[in-house]
Order: sequence, then structure tokens, then C-alpha cells
Amino acid sequence: MHELSIVLGIVDIAASTVQKANAHTVDRIELEIGELAGIETDALLFAWDTAIKNTVLAQAKRDIHYVPGKARCLDCGNVFDMHQLYDPCPKCNNYLNEIIQGRELKVKALTVS
Amino acid sequence: MCSTCGCNQPADAVTITRIGGGIHNHAPFRALQFHLLGEEHNHNGHSHQPVTIELEQDILQKNNLLAQRNRGYFEAKRILALNLVSSPGSGKTALLERTINDLKQVMPIAVIEGDQQTTHDADRIAQTGAPVVQINTGKGCHLDSDMVLKAVRQLDPPNDSLLMIENVGNLVCPALFDLGEGGRVVIISVTEGDDKPIKYPDMFFSANLCIINKIDLLPYVPFDVEKAKSYALQVNPKLRFFEVSALHGQGMDKWYDWLKTQFAHFRDYQHIH
Repeated sequence: MHELSIVLGIVDIAASTVQKANAHTVDRIELEIGELAGIETDALLFAWDTAIKNTVLAQAKRDIHYVPGKARCLDCGNVFDMHQLYDPCPKCNNYLNEIIQGRELKVKALTVS
Repeated sequence: MCSTCGCNQPADAVTITRIGGGIHNHAPFRALQFHLLGEEHNHNGHSHQPVTIELEQDILQKNNLLAQRNRGYFEAKRILALNLVSSPGSGKTALLERTINDLKQVMPIAVIEGDQQTTHDADRIAQTGAPVVQINTGKGCHLDSDMVLKAVRQLDPPNDSLLMIENVGNLVCPALFDLGEGGRVVIISVTEGDDKPIKYPDMFFSANLCIINKIDLLPYVPFDVEKAKSYALQVNPKLRFFEVSALHGQGMDKWYDWLKTQFAHFRDYQHIH
């Protein structure tokens, strides 16, 4: 259940941003989560409600941008959609691929007031 | 609420225990000051207009920064740190016991043990004579770089040594948390399913080496070694494998050769190869 650690990390980031901005609370938080980031979204949402209680995120609207996984085949150069870390290149069936997108795990933006 | 897994244990429930040193320190972990921000904040008469801050901050940044700090410490002291990850019961501690007993004349080895509860594993390691610190994560499901930083301070491993960090037995959560290690070793045992690598791909994706343990039991279980390797290579084509029985010693020589080579390489180049 590392998703709860992740949410608590988000709370930490939000709290320090609020403090730096001399603000009071977070109105909106924008997250970016990659398909291949190792995060189970359902578990994250499950953890969210508990973890944000009595924090600056308690009233925040949450927007999550999901980033689809993409990889480049290191053999033929083909760029393809990767849904699992073990997906081969659909063109040449090679497993040696470079992930170019989908490992994101970010707080993109915060609206504070 | 604890900040590791969100259970109701207090924030200082993680304990770090030096075995044999007589020190039992309840290290204070991560004060949860942010809970009080709302109450403490003083407006001094100014108003708050909503403002959007484009942060673009990695959520794991705090862990990653501390991991880099650990990494710098290890590099400066030429300590090769290996993060040993696996599901519970794969034989990590047995592997360490035999490895330490066989290699302690060749290189100094220190150990950090991670478990939710008890010092059983650290007690076993202490029997080998190796310096060892036990981290008890309480309800926590993985080690993080902050725990390792505090454990390393207590352990104070010598220069030019090998540091084995035995993570909490869990094939999921530890994958995301860099500890500052020089290499990651994933262990599976033949009493598990041979499809573990694609059931838990994140752990195999981030590993440098895969040890297949308990091979002495192969005649009695349906585990297909080649199938397991082939699955693991789909996730991580650069992964290397050793097949061993930590209990009886088969195949351990190749693992020792790997350790010796990496140990020497790390001292010269500060990375493994």
C-alpha cells in the first residue's frame, strides 16, 4: 500500500508550497500520473480521503492527468504504446525498449489561496 | 497517523536497533507539522487571492534527494550498498548468513535489516559477527531513504565495505523507493510461482541482478527456471541470474564472484557494472 506514502508525500509538498506562498489552503491540485509509474490509481484514491483530512488539501479539488505509456524500440526505433513494462515492440517483438513516457509521478500545479 | 503506510501508529513508531551495541533508539521520524498549518497561519490582515503555482515537482523528490545523499556518503566511503528485495520467505536472510560466513575474510560486510516487527533477522545476522542494525517499520511496507540514513548513522560501516540492506519482504512497494544503493538484487525462490516477474514487473524492472533461491527443492515443485528467466527478461532484458541454494550452498560461488567483481569495480568507479 505504498500509494498512501505517495499521498502523504503529496500532502507534504502541498503544505510546504502553501507555506512558501504565505497562503492558507489549496483550492485545486493537479497531479500527473504515468501509466507505468507503479501506482494503482484505485489504491491512491482510496488513500486520498483519509490522508488529506485536517491538511491544507482537505478542501482541494483534485485533477489527475493520466499519461499513457510510450516506449522506443532500441532495435528498430519504432515508438509504440506500452501498457505493461513487459510489452515488446509490436513491430519486431524486441523487449529492449526505452520508456519515453509514462513514468511520471508529479504534482504539476497547485492553486492556493 | 504514520507517514509510511497511513495506519494509526504514531509517527515515531519506526525503530532502529543496533544489535549487540546495546543502543535502542526510537528515532523521531518526520514530524507531521503540516497538520497544524491551518491553525497556526497568521494572516496579519492581508487577503488571499487564489494563485496557481506551476510546480512540476516529482512526488518522490524528498525520498530521492535523501537517497542521493546516502549515495554520496556510500561513494565517498567506497561502500558498495546492495538493496535486497523479495517477497517474504524467499530466503534473503539465509542468503546473507551464508554469504557473510563465506566472505567475511575477503571483505568487511555490514547489514541493515528491514522488517515490520522483531529483531529476529538481525539476531541471526549478529551470530555471523557482522555489524547489523534492525529497522522496524511498524506497519510500514517498505524501507525509505530516510530510515536508511538514520540506520547508517548508527551502523557506521567502515570504508571499503559491503553494505547489505535487506528490505521488508514485499515485491510491490519497495520498488518505488530508492535508498541510495549501488545495486538492487531481487530474490525469488522456486517455491513461488515462476510468473512472479510479470506479476510484479516493477521490482524486476528496477533490479540489476536476480537470484533464484532454493534450487535444491526443484525436483519437488513445478517451478520452471527457464520460464521464470524468460519472463524476467521480458521486463528487464539486462537482468542477470544466479541459481542458488542458500541453505546448502549450491551455486553460491558465482554469486560470490559477482560480489567480488562488483566490490572491486565500485571502489574504482563508484558504480556497478
